[in-house]
Amino acid sequence: MIHSLFLINCSGDIFLEKHWKSVVSQSVCDYFFEAQEKAADVENVPPVISTPHHYLISIYREKIFFVSVIQTEVPPLFVIEFLHRVADTFQDYFGECSETAIKDNVVIVYELLEEMLDNGFPLATESNILKELIKPPTILRSVVNSITGSSNMGDTLPTGQLSNIPWRRAVVKYTNNEAYFDVIEEIDAIIDKSGSTVFAEIQGVIDSCIKLAGMPDLSLSFMNPRLLDDVSFHPCIRFKRWESERVLSFIPPDGNFRLISYRVSSQNLVAIPVYVKHTISFKENLSSGRFDVTIGPKQNMGKTVEGVIATVHMPKAVLNMNLTASQGSYTFDPVTKVLTWDVGKINPQKLPNLKGIVNLQSGAPKPEENPSVNIQFKIQQLAISGLKVNRLDMYGEKYKPFKGVKYITKAGKFQVRT
Amino acid sequence: MSSNSLGYSEQGGETVSELGQEAVPTTAPSASPAFGLFSSDTKRNEDLKQMLESNKDSAKLDAMKRIVGMIAKGKNESELFPSVVKNVASKNIEIKKLVYVYLMRYAEEQQDLALLSISTFQRALKDPNQLIRASALRVLSSIRVPIIVPIMMLSIKEAAADLSPYVRKNAAHAIQKLYSLDPEQKEMLIEVIEKLLKDKSTLVAGSVVMSFEEVCPDRIDLIHKNYRKLCNLLVDVEEWGQVVIIHMMTRYARTQFVSPWKEDEEYNEKNFYESDEEQKEKNLKGKKPYAMDPDHRLLIRNTKPLLQSRNAAVVMAVAQLYWHVAPKSEIGIVSKSLVRLLRSNREVQYIVLQNIATMSIQRKGLFEPYLKSFYVRSTDPTMIKTLKLEILTNLANEANISTLLREFQTYVKSQDKQFAAATIQAIGRCATNISEVTDTCLNGLVCLLSNRDEIVVAESVVVIKKLLQTQPAHHGEIIKHMAKLLDNITVPVARASILWLIGEYCERVPKIAPDVLRKMAKSFTSEDDLVKLQILNLGAKLYLTNSKQTKFLTQYILNLGKYDQSYDIRDRTRFIRQLIVPNEKSGALSKYAKKIFLAQKPAPLLESPFKDRDHFQLGTLSHTLNTRATGYLELSNWPEVAPDPSVRNVDAIELVFNLEAASIAVTTPAILSPSLVADLEGLNLSSSSVIDVSIPVFVPMKTHELLHRMSGKGLAAHYHFPRQPCIYGDQMVSVQVTLTNTTDEKIENIHIGERKLPSDMRMHEFSPIESLEPEGSITVSMGIDFCDSTQTASLKLCTKDNHFSVNIQPPVGELLLPVIMSERDFKKEKGKLTGMNETSASVTVAPQNSTRLVIVQKVVNVANLGVVPSGEDNIHRFAAKTVHSGSLMLVTVELKEGSTARLIINTEKTVIGSILLRELKPVLSQG
Repeated sequence: MIHSLFLINCSGDIFLEKHWKSVVSQSVCDYFFEAQEKAADVENVPPVISTPHHYLISIYREKIFFVSVIQTEVPPLFVIEFLHRVADTFQDYFGECSETAIKDNVVIVYELLEEMLDNGFPLATESNILKELIKPPTILRSVVNSITGSSNMGDTLPTGQLSNIPWRRAVVKYTNNEAYFDVIEEIDAIIDKSGSTVFAEIQGVIDSCIKLAGMPDLSLSFMNPRLLDDVSFHPCIRFKRWESERVLSFIPPDGNFRLISYRVSSQNLVAIPVYVKHTISFKENLSSGRFDVTIGPKQNMGKTVEGVIATVHMPKAVLNMNLTASQGSYTFDPVTKVLTWDVGKINPQKLPNLKGIVNLQSGAPKPEENPSVNIQFKIQQLAISGLKVNRLDMYGEKYKPFKGVKYITKAGKFQVRT
Repeated sequence: MSSNSLGYSEQGGETVSELGQEAVPTTAPSASPAFGLFSSDTKRNEDLKQMLESNKDSAKLDAMKRIVGMIAKGKNESELFPSVVKNVASKNIEIKKLVYVYLMRYAEEQQDLALLSISTFQRALKDPNQLIRASALRVLSSIRVPIIVPIMMLSIKEAAADLSPYVRKNAAHAIQKLYSLDPEQKEMLIEVIEKLLKDKSTLVAGSVVMSFEEVCPDRIDLIHKNYRKLCNLLVDVEEWGQVVIIHMMTRYARTQFVSPWKEDEEYNEKNFYESDEEQKEKNLKGKKPYAMDPDHRLLIRNTKPLLQSRNAAVVMAVAQLYWHVAPKSEIGIVSKSLVRLLRSNREVQYIVLQNIATMSIQRKGLFEPYLKSFYVRSTDPTMIKTLKLEILTNLANEANISTLLREFQTYVKSQDKQFAAATIQAIGRCATNISEVTDTCLNGLVCLLSNRDEIVVAESVVVIKKLLQTQPAHHGEIIKHMAKLLDNITVPVARASILWLIGEYCERVPKIAPDVLRKMAKSFTSEDDLVKLQILNLGAKLYLTNSKQTKFLTQYILNLGKYDQSYDIRDRTRFIRQLIVPNEKSGALSKYAKKIFLAQKPAPLLESPFKDRDHFQLGTLSHTLNTRATGYLELSNWPEVAPDPSVRNVDAIELVFNLEAASIAVTTPAILSPSLVADLEGLNLSSSSVIDVSIPVFVPMKTHELLHRMSGKGLAAHYHFPRQPCIYGDQMVSVQVTLTNTTDEKIENIHIGERKLPSDMRMHEFSPIESLEPEGSITVSMGIDFCDSTQTASLKLCTKDNHFSVNIQPPVGELLLPVIMSERDFKKEKGKLTGMNETSASVTVAPQNSTRLVIVQKVVNVANLGVVPSGEDNIHRFAAKTVHSGSLMLVTVELKEGSTARLIINTEKTVIGSILLRELKPVLSQG
């Protein structure tokens, strides 16, 4: 399926190549560069490019293009999903998926790629299995290895690979047994000029960090499972239990993983925690304009809204901005024309405000459209949908684990049109 | 670049840099030309060679790491091949792996040298460690050297019968590799595929279907027997395998089942044309109603949970299966999951949106509830924006058009002009599709004509032109307005469109048209070719309708056109002149000139660019590119009559294993693969190591009763020992349990409940059996670690309603695994196990038992011992090791004169030794 993989950085250097079948010359990437040039913007490079003899399927992650070479028909999502999995694995192993991290660990990267694909077909992609085959680099281990001469490679087949729970390592030992669940909800919304909601939706995930010894069998139940409209599961979850009892029953992988992601049913009205008051106007002949934005809290269930950041993509004609912020700090990048206002916490008594003058290029026509404001925020200890974990039970092991649930609400793609 | 290579050598450690300093820069002529330019590279290769040939593993490892680093950067390191290949047999697993990486990269270029490594792999293929066997097969099959095709073929065949499913999975991958290297092996490979398709391991299923798709996608007959099994395994297969299997199943279903869509269609038609009574009548008379094949239903039902997968490719695969295979009324459930994928990264969004676009053309209703999920955000990349717009346009109907148009108004003002232009086209399409809003749209577009941005105006003109053409009735005003715009617009397409409009409807704007022509005549030479052609057209049309005012103007323009640089325009000029200007030479056509130029033209259809994509299977590369990709497999149409469904029936014999075969016969144990032992026997397992487990010499089919059917309320259970290394653990004895349902009702949920095991005895139970049909029987395997003792394992066998206490007691002979060793080794080992470790007895041997063959048969029947070749006729030796601790168990039978024999057992496990002795004694003495 996947013939070869090239990693290309932003300046167009191919800094890693790997072939699973016959070698494909680097020159095949020229077609990719051509498309990249045409697209002008990295975001707009088409993920699938057809060349005379090959097809190139690429993803863009952390300023790196992962370009895979394909020769025959294949579901494109298969390749895309796999490439993202590769990037996730690098992230997992090296803490970041950057060019330097990959270059520093090129041997491990190569060994990983070798294990992940055989003849272009995925072989082992579960991080628990990979970590048994190839140990992640740590300073301690490299010191030990250089002294004892032992290696980073597992020499037996990971037990998970053969069992029907391939996601879990066999012998897990912890002195402190802990299970943490983070319920993270994101609000996607489009708010129109007048402040009314055009579209709003809550998407959530439950990320888990589970460090339990042995083979624990967990079941997690909710107070109000009916809220979950559309759910996607980690393979460990028993689908039948969910169907019949609405309980998440699973033998967890070891470590960090995403248990489920869900969408809250669309019948429920979404509470929008912040509002934005704005006047952005440009004067026709004066080459200037006014900018005045206030952010205030709304329906936040008594919790503080924090980590507020507003980003505005100003029109091209804007030369610079002269603003004063009542709270926080702002930056304006005159090249990309992005205004970023780091607000911080919202104090309901004294609403944060940013106002001032916008300078336009002289002679340029007044911009057609007002830019939209993208808002980020965070509310601790609140799941905006009202989802609540009821209890977590553990079977199969005798010890008492420490359990914890944390709720966070965040802004997803939260956009205010002005 | 230089900084990178620095980084790598740092990683190499201190030794590396020291060596590097010591090495003398040489300009070796043997260096490859690419690097001959850089003396430092040559130098590096020299010291790499030294390091590879050193006898320290750490130096070798450093060298290999640096080489792999260079390969990763795309540098050619092939000249090191001879030095690297020497290390292929390294004991250090990391060096070995890196050498494998190197070999796979360069073996194709250095075929002769690569052959040196083959024997190492052949040896590794026999390794007791499954990981080593598997990786040896992987490398062996990845070396694209045609000479070794027969060796590869043989190894694949062997690996396909391996006990470890992981090795079998690798064998399935190797099939594809061999096929691409030598397509002539196809027939043989299909045999292996056929065998592997029967495999019951979820690990193998995805990979073997992948090779099926690659090697013989047309041999759909191989699937029949495995269809139900694959459907049932699907949920447990790893996600990548799921995608492949679902795509294959889609094609399968389209050839094997009749269309589930017919009924819906007919039903609709009937509703439309006939009254209810007529319909009833027809139903009574008509052919029998459509009933879905249960296998068809099975596929649809078993794939549904996968819509919940975290893997976008799996969700998409299920969605396309539903789209192509499920009844139309059931497709609805996929839309929710597809919409969920839109939260993912931009690449996933792109592909999913494309597929939704195609789906939404045919089935608007599917995505209408999710209309708002396709609203565009200003931060989306342009390609995502345009796709969303496309879907919004497809979903537009009378009910939602006003909301949509309001949304479109925001988009038109977008800073992304390419997107704004696309929005204008979308408005045009909505206007033609929904007649109620045509006027509103048209007015809106006319407003846009005064927009400052040229691209927006130009696009509006083009769309207005198309709209006016569909209903030209009373739009004189708009045309006048557009004529005024000609002075300002510079985009050629827009200018051409305006000119064409004026020409086409010149009779409605009789005053303006000649004036426009006058202006254009002035600027003709500086116009774009596209505009010039339209000026010619306009001239011609005016000449025909209003020759008094425009005769000279037109002729002037025709003269300009005659000397134009573009031959297209010269050609058009000549053609028009002949057609419209009457002269003596002009033919019969000029009479019809007016009809030709001012004929009623059909209005263009404003269509979705995704209109024609539906003939490709959704979710495929071909669909994304809208061209046939290499290797695309067409979905066939539903057959008129369903092919015989009984081909999917699995013979009962395959499920019920040798129930009555309690008699002792040399048959092979049949749970993993019937021909497994036969295949393994072909292997030459002569290795130097002393303790080397071999295949059992003989497997008795004697079964032991676990649960009688009377005490088990109809559930009977037997167990027997297949004498195979247990797949669940090295220290376990594998036990096969055959469960039979003798009642006439289903027995559900058979599993192992509470177990009472002596301390440190472990057990791997079989996975619960959901249900067992009446008269049905199933064989499952489990592993028990008896800790080298004959203690019984007590456990509870539970069904849904009952539980029964049962015991499994191993005969001492089953606690052993046969070992291969030479006579010399045997004697050596025996010498170490004397004194306390030796037990012996004298036996009177029955006369008929004195031949070699009979003795061997009698002994191996009782205990799982390996036969040691013996040079003496009267001494027979057998060797085995205990399963749990791996202690040797050496049995010697010395025949003496006068039908007596001496039986000696040497082992550290004296208890087992003496029990075994006691059991062997009667065997030899009895007839």
